[in-house]
Amino acid sequence: MNAREHLNLSPDSAAVRRVPTGPARRGPSGIEPARLTAGQPGTARGEVHRQQGRVVIDARGVYYKTLNEQIREEIEQGAREIVLENVIGQRYIGTGLAYRGVTVIVNGVPGNDLAAFMNGPTLIVNDNAQDGVANTMNSGLVIINGDAGDVLGYGMRGGSVYVRGSVGYRVGIHMKAFGDSRPLIVIGGHARDFLGEYMAGGEVMVLGLGPNDDPIVGSYIGTGMHAGVMYIRGTVAPHQLGKEVRHQEPGPEDQARIREIIHDYCQVMNISEAEVLARPFVKIYPYTSRPYGRLYAY
Amino acid sequence: MRSVRPAYREESEPRILGGCGLMGVCDQSGKRMSGELAVRAMASMHDRGNGLGGGFAGYGIYPELPDFFCFHLLYNDEVAKDDTEFYLKKHFKVVIEEPIPTKPVRGIENEPILWRYFLDIPEERLVETQLSAEDYVVHTVMDINTYLDGAFVASSGKNMGAFKGVGFPEEIGEFFRIDEYKGWTWTGHGRFPTNTPGWWGGAHPFALLDYSIVHNGEISSYGINRRYLEMFGYKCSLQTDTEVVTYLFDLMLRRHGLPVEIACKALASPFWKDIDLMPKEQRRLYTALRLVYGSALLNGPFAIVLGMADGMVALNDRIKLRPLVAARHGDVVYVASEESAIREICPHPEESWMPQAGEPVIARVSEKGRRKALTQAKQSAGQRRIAQIHTTAGVT
Repeated sequence: MNAREHLNLSPDSAAVRRVPTGPARRGPSGIEPARLTAGQPGTARGEVHRQQGRVVIDARGVYYKTLNEQIREEIEQGAREIVLENVIGQRYIGTGLAYRGVTVIVNGVPGNDLAAFMNGPTLIVNDNAQDGVANTMNSGLVIINGDAGDVLGYGMRGGSVYVRGSVGYRVGIHMKAFGDSRPLIVIGGHARDFLGEYMAGGEVMVLGLGPNDDPIVGSYIGTGMHAGVMYIRGTVAPHQLGKEVRHQEPGPEDQARIREIIHDYCQVMNISEAEVLARPFVKIYPYTSRPYGRLYAY
Repeated sequence: MRSVRPAYREESEPRILGGCGLMGVCDQSGKRMSGELAVRAMASMHDRGNGLGGGFAGYGIYPELPDFFCFHLLYNDEVAKDDTEFYLKKHFKVVIEEPIPTKPVRGIENEPILWRYFLDIPEERLVETQLSAEDYVVHTVMDINTYLDGAFVASSGKNMGAFKGVGFPEEIGEFFRIDEYKGWTWTGHGRFPTNTPGWWGGAHPFALLDYSIVHNGEISSYGINRRYLEMFGYKCSLQTDTEVVTYLFDLMLRRHGLPVEIACKALASPFWKDIDLMPKEQRRLYTALRLVYGSALLNGPFAIVLGMADGMVALNDRIKLRPLVAARHGDVVYVASEESAIREICPHPEESWMPQAGEPVIARVSEKGRRKALTQAKQSAGQRRIAQIHTTAGVT
């Protein structure tokens, strides 16, 4: 029997916590002790200001677990808009959140797996986001007013993600659609390699806005893709594409859909629709629904 | 039979999944920053590791003794210490030998004996062995790590040091009193061991001479790289894949004299299909590089930060399988696994970006800045003491 069992303490008990750690006193540079960073496990709660349906939570130094508990508590108690101030790296914000008509506004850089499995709410980030945004998201809207990291929208099943800036590698991989659920990712800037890899449904749009001269998308676009569609504003060279996709000029139906997506995106992002539509799009689509159907059967 | 390696600590009971976390900060003007910054950035990424390894490397931390090789040693027991000291005294002039300053920290247990040595190489030894001073040191490090039971060299460079062990990085930082050192470059690491044991010698950074590596990922080509390095006299004995990266940089940068940009392109070389698309001259260069350094190619996912005497380099694998974010504010370049860790120590960077796969982020500390930092360094009580010993020892 180890000490923990002997004392009958839960793993979360403060008595067995291995923190506080890090320089306990203010160091030579005078900033606060390392153990007060939000990344350190702890039970300190964020200060809350309530104003009718609007709630402001100060996330400074609050561990992700506590912060996410606080968000749920406030929603259960009737909050319709939650503003998180001083967010710095807290993971899982909005993850598994399944309340319709709720808006969560994040001021600061949220941690990984933002809005994973989210079902319904609107989540707005007023800074850059990290990796794994909207992992397996079911419904709702995520707006990122900065850049986002790798693996955005992995296995996404519904809802929309709007990114103002650029995104990293492996965005929209394994996205899927079913019935009325059709996930949508719109990227204002650029996307890197493996965009829409193994995509099984839904829509991805990359606009390539901004002064950046980089290629709008990277390589291996749509490798193994077997359903869904991608719209890229600008040109895509054949060597950038995966073996399972083709590209062509969008037809009239596609054009209508592109205008629809752009209209919504530009309204949210407050940018000129005409300017975005001034450059032609390329449509990328899978040439077969079973690209590997004959891989192991000759 | 005596146990060969330090005891491994059991993983925490609730197994929390994570990945290694790393950071680097480099002031290109040569201004020295407290190690507290590195500790703080790593503390914010606590959940990336699982407490089985943490470490830091600082450059410019021994401004009073910049001309001596500083060896940080980890000993399992007194016997290992006696053996190693016998060896060191035979081959070097030991200017200072002292314990590495530590303080008791909750969470750090079973620590080895931690000692540091400032070493000078007698001229006649170099004449006798026909080696450069650097090669002489490399031989020494390989000898100690391979043949001296229970002794490991954590770092062996000039005016730099690696501090590492088993624990969360913020615990290790406090244990080694990292906040009391100042350096122009700091790298930090929190470990989540996957394939190899979590032990004191296996914590990052891995350092040889002035090169130190912190790494998140795994080097699947370890076997090939290791055999390649063995041909040049490097012996891999620390039971961890990251070791080869340090030695590869030493081989390519110091011994082969490659520019760091080219060395990075050998480690994370472009794919053949991309080389085919390049203009002729470039195509010839990259083809030659892949042919000559094929065995130095690092396969598998990695994000690494290389610390050097004159700067810092961050590099991703060829298809970006591990996270890496960079930022710049004035002369200071930051890299980390998560952007929030950078924001923790630099809330409003002038620019921040995600480096592309295989594209190094390079920060260089100006020679002038480093010299200035050394001459104007404000001495702490401990540093004055070191300087005093240094003068009484009559070393010039």
